[in-house]
Amino acid sequence: MSFWRTKRAPAAMPGLGLSLGITLTWLSLIALIPLIALVIRAGSLGWQGWLDAVTGERVWLSLRLSFGASLIAAGLDTLAGLLIAWVLCRYKLPFAAFWDVLVDLPFALPTAVAGFALTALWVPDGWLGRMLAPLGWKIAFAEPGVVVALTFIGLPFVVRTVQPVLQSAERELEEAAESLGASPSQVVWRVVLPTLRPALLTGFALAFARAVGEYGSVIFICGNIPMKTEITPLLIVSRLEQYDYAGATALATIMLAFSAAILALLQVLQTGRRVALR
Amino acid sequence: MIRILLMFLAMAWLTLMVLAPVAIVLAEAFSAGVGAWWTAVSDDETRTSVALSLKVAAIVVPCNAVFGVAAAWALARFRFPGRGVLLALLDLPLSVSPVVSGLVFVLLFGAQGWFGSWLQAHDIQVIFAVPGIVLATAFVTLPMVARELLPLLESQGQDAELAARTLGASGWQTFWRVSFPRMRGALAYGVLLCTARALGEFGAVSVVSGHIRGQTDTLPLHVEILHNEYRFQAAFAAASLLLLVGVATLLLRRLHTTESPH
Repeated sequence: MSFWRTKRAPAAMPGLGLSLGITLTWLSLIALIPLIALVIRAGSLGWQGWLDAVTGERVWLSLRLSFGASLIAAGLDTLAGLLIAWVLCRYKLPFAAFWDVLVDLPFALPTAVAGFALTALWVPDGWLGRMLAPLGWKIAFAEPGVVVALTFIGLPFVVRTVQPVLQSAERELEEAAESLGASPSQVVWRVVLPTLRPALLTGFALAFARAVGEYGSVIFICGNIPMKTEITPLLIVSRLEQYDYAGATALATIMLAFSAAILALLQVLQTGRRVALR
Repeated sequence: MIRILLMFLAMAWLTLMVLAPVAIVLAEAFSAGVGAWWTAVSDDETRTSVALSLKVAAIVVPCNAVFGVAAAWALARFRFPGRGVLLALLDLPLSVSPVVSGLVFVLLFGAQGWFGSWLQAHDIQVIFAVPGIVLATAFVTLPMVARELLPLLESQGQDAELAARTLGASGWQTFWRVSFPRMRGALAYGVLLCTARALGEFGAVSVVSGHIRGQTDTLPLHVEILHNEYRFQAAFAAASLLLLVGVATLLLRRLHTTESPH
């Protein structure tokens, strides 16, 4: 305690040493050292060993599914998120507060519960799967199931980044465009969307990043068929279960590098960074 | 006309994609009546898994809360070299795949890990045991309190603290009498989010837990076990508990944001 009351003139703001000390210690113990260990471990495989572990058809197919399904899901989220943010901000929706809370539900719902519930919905005799079964569409235990789960978890990222921008947008601009004779579609394409573009991009990137790493909500609905519905995180787990630590580590470095790259991209995009990645 | 169409589409999307999964959990959990739900929830294995989840949260959340206050204080109140890197690092645990979060601890403490043989020699079990679950949960929820406090401290500025200092308050006095009361709301909310996530984390925990029944299955893992055994009603009942935590978080969040518009 007396540390802060030295005879020297007191520092303007106290506690840098203590707070930074706690921060660095805990961050190092819990996150930094483990992540560095992962990188070192991957390095010890050697270039060739690493390459061998991340090539091969099963890995390629899992990466293609993970990134492909995540792209589709993030795209759907961007469309639906824009629509929902627009409706919530601009129209008087009946029970608006209810729908607004509902948007955050995918954030709050543990992923295992989400995955489990979505599976029950979309199996051929589930509430929603039943409607698609006669058309011959299979959702659960097939690739579309992966997209459904990833779309579910990504939605709030887009809505919550777009909503504040839409709320603070200057309605006068739209009104001015209208009074100058712009048609509604011109107002949307020329005035509204350009102002929203950075937020939409940020929301897309957040939803995409989350989707690529997602595990819990997907493993129930995808059916875990190797080479077909096996996402990369699942492949990491199955390698771990076979005690193939090297293989799991190599794949994990790809995931880690991807997360770091997305974080860097978001840093550039800046907008909505504070709402980010909850 | 377009307005009604858009409103309809938005509500339809939210109903089918978000509301329906919640509805089915509740519908299935109570499909055999409240009695059956209670039997499933009060089952011994479910109870031990709830106890383990609570225990893990009770260890992790206070640590990450202290960390969150310290990190937010250091990052919001001071400018120092490496601050940007620290900010970016803070986000990493939330953006990296949960599977990777679990894997790093297996690499450190697993049988083939760096400390594996040392731990074995001293008969300490980390992976496939409670310490591993605690570590993985701590990793996943690491920045959650800090992220709530950081924007608040930044927007508050430091005028109040500086005034207290000029009036002769010591560092700790300034913190407890001036800063802490003003961050209490955001801190409580951050702790709430952190707790909810700690209770519900699945991916990272599933990698380190080893799924030993009655010993290392947390509530989300227990849901998976029940599901894999085709005991669907029981699985949905256990899931409904987690759903309850999630919904409670949302409602409290609502309260929090309407109270303090930060």
